[in-house]
Amino acid sequence: MSTPAPATARPLAVGRVARTGRLRAYAPWLAAAVVLVALPHVIRTPVAVPIMNQMGIAIVFALSYNMLLGQGGMLSFGHAVYFGLGGFIAAHALNLAGRDGLYLPVPLVPLVGGLGGLLCAVVFGSFSTMRAGTVFAMISLGVGELMAASSLIFDRFFGGEEGITTNRAKAPLLFGLSFTRDGEVYYLIAFWVLVAAAAMHAFSRTPIGRMANAVRDNPERAEFIGYSQRSVRYVSFCAAGLFAGVGGGLFAVNYEILTAENMGLTASGAVLLMAYIGGVGTFMGPVIGAVVFTFLQSMLSDYTGIWLLYLGVLFLATVLFVPTGLAGFLLLHAPAWRTRRLAGLIGPYLAAAAVALVAAAGVVGLLEMVHFVASAETTRVTKRLFWVSVAPRTLTPWLGFAALAVAGGLGLRWAAPRAAAAFAEANRPEPGR
Amino acid sequence: MLQIAFFSVLNGLVYGMLLFMLSSGLTLIFGMMGVLNFAHAGFYMLGAYFAYSLGLYLGFWPALVLAPLLAGVAGAAVERFGLRRVHRFGHVAELIFTFGVALLIEEAVALLWGRPAKTYEVPAVLDFTLFRAFGSSFPAYKAFMLLVAVAIFLFIVAILTRTRAGLIIQASLTHPGMVAMLGHNVPRVFMIVFGIGSALAGLAGVIAGPVLGTFPGMAQVLGSIVFVVVVIGGLGSLTGAFAASLLIGIVQTFAVALDVSVGDVLMALGTPASASAALHDVWKVTVAQVAPIMPFLLLIVVLMVRPTGLFGTRET
Amino acid sequence: MSKPKNAVILTVILAMVIGLAPAATPQDAIRIAYIDPLSGPFAATGENGLNQFRYAAAAINTAGGVLGRKLELVPLDNKVSPQESLIQLKKVVGDGIQFVFQGNSSGVAHAISDAVQKHNERNAGNRILYLNYSAVDPALTNDKCHYWHFRFDAHADMKMAALTDIIQANKNLKKIYVLGQDYSFGKAVAEAAVGMLGKKRPDVQIVGNELHPIGKVKDFSPYIQKIVASGADAVITGNWGADMIGLAKAANDGGLKVPFYTYYAASDGVTAAIGAAGVDRIRLVHETHPGNPIPPKALSNYITGYRTLHPQNDVNQPRIHTGLNMLAQAIKRAGTTDPDKVAAALEGMEYTTLGGDTVVMRRDDHQLQMPIYISVHTNKGIKHDFDASGFGLSLESKVERDKATQPTTCKMQRPS
Repeated sequence: MSTPAPATARPLAVGRVARTGRLRAYAPWLAAAVVLVALPHVIRTPVAVPIMNQMGIAIVFALSYNMLLGQGGMLSFGHAVYFGLGGFIAAHALNLAGRDGLYLPVPLVPLVGGLGGLLCAVVFGSFSTMRAGTVFAMISLGVGELMAASSLIFDRFFGGEEGITTNRAKAPLLFGLSFTRDGEVYYLIAFWVLVAAAAMHAFSRTPIGRMANAVRDNPERAEFIGYSQRSVRYVSFCAAGLFAGVGGGLFAVNYEILTAENMGLTASGAVLLMAYIGGVGTFMGPVIGAVVFTFLQSMLSDYTGIWLLYLGVLFLATVLFVPTGLAGFLLLHAPAWRTRRLAGLIGPYLAAAAVALVAAAGVVGLLEMVHFVASAETTRVTKRLFWVSVAPRTLTPWLGFAALAVAGGLGLRWAAPRAAAAFAEANRPEPGR
Repeated sequence: MLQIAFFSVLNGLVYGMLLFMLSSGLTLIFGMMGVLNFAHAGFYMLGAYFAYSLGLYLGFWPALVLAPLLAGVAGAAVERFGLRRVHRFGHVAELIFTFGVALLIEEAVALLWGRPAKTYEVPAVLDFTLFRAFGSSFPAYKAFMLLVAVAIFLFIVAILTRTRAGLIIQASLTHPGMVAMLGHNVPRVFMIVFGIGSALAGLAGVIAGPVLGTFPGMAQVLGSIVFVVVVIGGLGSLTGAFAASLLIGIVQTFAVALDVSVGDVLMALGTPASASAALHDVWKVTVAQVAPIMPFLLLIVVLMVRPTGLFGTRET
Repeated sequence: MSKPKNAVILTVILAMVIGLAPAATPQDAIRIAYIDPLSGPFAATGENGLNQFRYAAAAINTAGGVLGRKLELVPLDNKVSPQESLIQLKKVVGDGIQFVFQGNSSGVAHAISDAVQKHNERNAGNRILYLNYSAVDPALTNDKCHYWHFRFDAHADMKMAALTDIIQANKNLKKIYVLGQDYSFGKAVAEAAVGMLGKKRPDVQIVGNELHPIGKVKDFSPYIQKIVASGADAVITGNWGADMIGLAKAANDGGLKVPFYTYYAASDGVTAAIGAAGVDRIRLVHETHPGNPIPPKALSNYITGYRTLHPQNDVNQPRIHTGLNMLAQAIKRAGTTDPDKVAAALEGMEYTTLGGDTVVMRRDDHQLQMPIYISVHTNKGIKHDFDASGFGLSLESKVERDKATQPTTCKMQRPS
């Protein structure tokens, strides 16, 4: 508990505090901007830029989803509809820009996508948001499946099975900037990620954004203080649809193709996974989730055919053991950081991480070998696993990985309570202060 | 026309009863525990795969009995070790959890059995034509499916209304607190109901696998439709699930058979369709093309107008 | 949010992103990407295709490779999704792979062809070649043709011309039902069928022309009911993969006994599904000798070798051997793997296939010109069966290369 300020404190200090307070508030955004601009120069592998583009789009999408789930408490299984519809509208607009000379330079395409997403959210939200909870989730599922199925019917808008393609090289130039290469598109995506994230953050601080939190926590009480929970949900829904549409527009620019899949259950499920793994309780959580998910999806799928299984396990583990997500887990350590007692955690955490890695290696090895035996052609005998060639059809590797898993598990039984105790110790309130 | 109508009714009945086998378990689970089990179709898939593998060694009939049992055990395990932990975080968390379980089941099946479809065949003893009518034949296996589904329905109704366990289950549906205070182990009742629901889904899988295909995506194909059925019929109502399953089964099957387009309907009603190109897509849409989306349209309409469903009493 | 929290989170994110460095790969091999479905309803087709590619590549490697380097296949699962394919394509470009083979689904082919053209126009030093071994929508070598796309299978119009010729000759057929998958290829087949039949047999009535969603229909009985109700004498369909299996099963169950004229009603489970019910009824139009009743020697040895390695699969796409070998030869002739030079060597190239036919890659549209074969599903005189079922395809008739050729509307833009 801090000592009360002496009565003689000078009130003029208020102005200075306010200015440094604002600087502290904007600093993270400036830092993020710097990082985003510098990233492609730091990481130069050619495959990195497309993946970072994908991450940017996923970040915008996941943040927009969190407006619904994290801030509004509305679980939606059909959020990809607004992403997809925004993308389709943006793609058609871009095609019109190329063909008929509509003045729509590439940097403004995501805005068109956003407006498209907003329009669709206004239409579908009018009945989707009438109720909350499970009913809302079911309606969102229904709308999602409806749109995905309609795509085959309305050929002209959705392009049927082939989808709609567009060409960003044919659009008019803005200040002479063209966006033909992936590297150039990266800066466009980075710009829009920053703008969208800042806007969404600002929205969460407005009265309506705060009311969304209130309606999430206690709808009845919100009604008692005069807000209609339905209207609040509707506005949140429309805002989320707007930003999902921005993501869709970015997708149209980056991939130059939109198909019905962009609106389907798989895409909606993916954004739920992203947001939840990252942590729905914080603003930055979905950003982490989007990065992790895209990373696993792009990189892991090169090394293993069962990456989605690992993702599913990660997701379930998050739901069962760390429902606040990765960001929440990190934030648990905030008090310890502030009181500078994190040092004591390093040892036990490293030990726990080491044995957990051993156990994970064992389990992953076993799963990969099962996958190999179940699906590889009978002529292939060896498989590269952790930089070693193993022969899954013999007994030795199985025993080896099983031993790793068991050893890791036993080690975890020893190390985990220690880590938990260290954490409790680091968070123990200090006497007197 | 009569030929199409006759076979559409029959095929629609078969499809509808299959949906009922799936949705009965789901609606019971929902009615009991308030959780909409996203992973329900996953147990349907597990049933089919277990039956395929067991059938390779033991034959179709022992597999028909064992596979649903295995699926039921899996379901009970999911409830006991997973759902129970998540229960205290609320309904949204439960939904998310079952979504994760659904994903995991699909990936685990792909891991263990591979991604290409399995040749899970109709057993030879049932692989014949039951009868021919209007130039087309009706396979005996579909009649078998119908029989099993009806038997299940009667079985469930009998258990729920005539046995003691069934009465306890019915009571737990509406007054779990009271039932607990009377000394019954309500968590165990939940686990058993979850297990039975999953076993029913597994049985549906055993039966439907040869007809609808046995592949890791089979859960996704039926998953959404089952939710639609349960919600339309009324969450927690068995009669509702029965009525909705038949309704959707027959409507969807009939819809595929009809080549009538929206333009035709409008013409028949006396308002000719305009020739404008923009709406051309809408006018030439046929009922057959709209068939896949009709259940979802119905779902949205019912949820807006009557969220408790046709026969249900609870919302969430 | 306070700075320390943000810093921690940003650092974590950075650490993740920095871990993007890919593992080092040996640069010796000539890497060839194979983008096709390895999961989903068409996984069987994709996996069998991959096996055939690997087998053909192994044969080339044993014979010394190409320019002293081995061929390496890099499989990428596209789940028959145009979008997923483009994501894989970006990976291909990022990894420095210069040759892409794809075939399953014309929908995907359009997306890839479009993307490859855009990429090549924008990145002159970093081009890739798109080798289409099975996507037969004619548009790909007509309006949508471009210099870097090569097709190794006869397109839908070439095949339909041959099919309608045999229908024309069969005077018993008066009513035809056309059924297909609702996407570019299915639509192309329907259009070609109606158009060509209209010219060759105006007396034939098209009693049904239906498209169903691709890969989604599980129970085809309603469609079979419609076919029976229409009184059709024959069915024309381009269905493949799970859709063909489903259709065949439902036709058997429903007791439909009319002849089927198909593009893909064999192998990958379809032959086994048709079984005895389809003997002498189901016909297929395809691009290589079926191996029965008297197979050309080279083809027969190839098939036997493949079956020893993969007892569960068949050589149902011999064009894979043709395509891979023509690419290998083009690289050898160009003396380099530079896609522009390889493309120049590939156009106009003549090659003799395993079946003994001479095929030519036409310069005008990059469509391989080849004879067309028509075979019938049977169990008589079958030396090489499909699906280990005892049933297979037996040759009925053949259209020679110069008769099988179709005109093109392609206006090929060549790079200067």
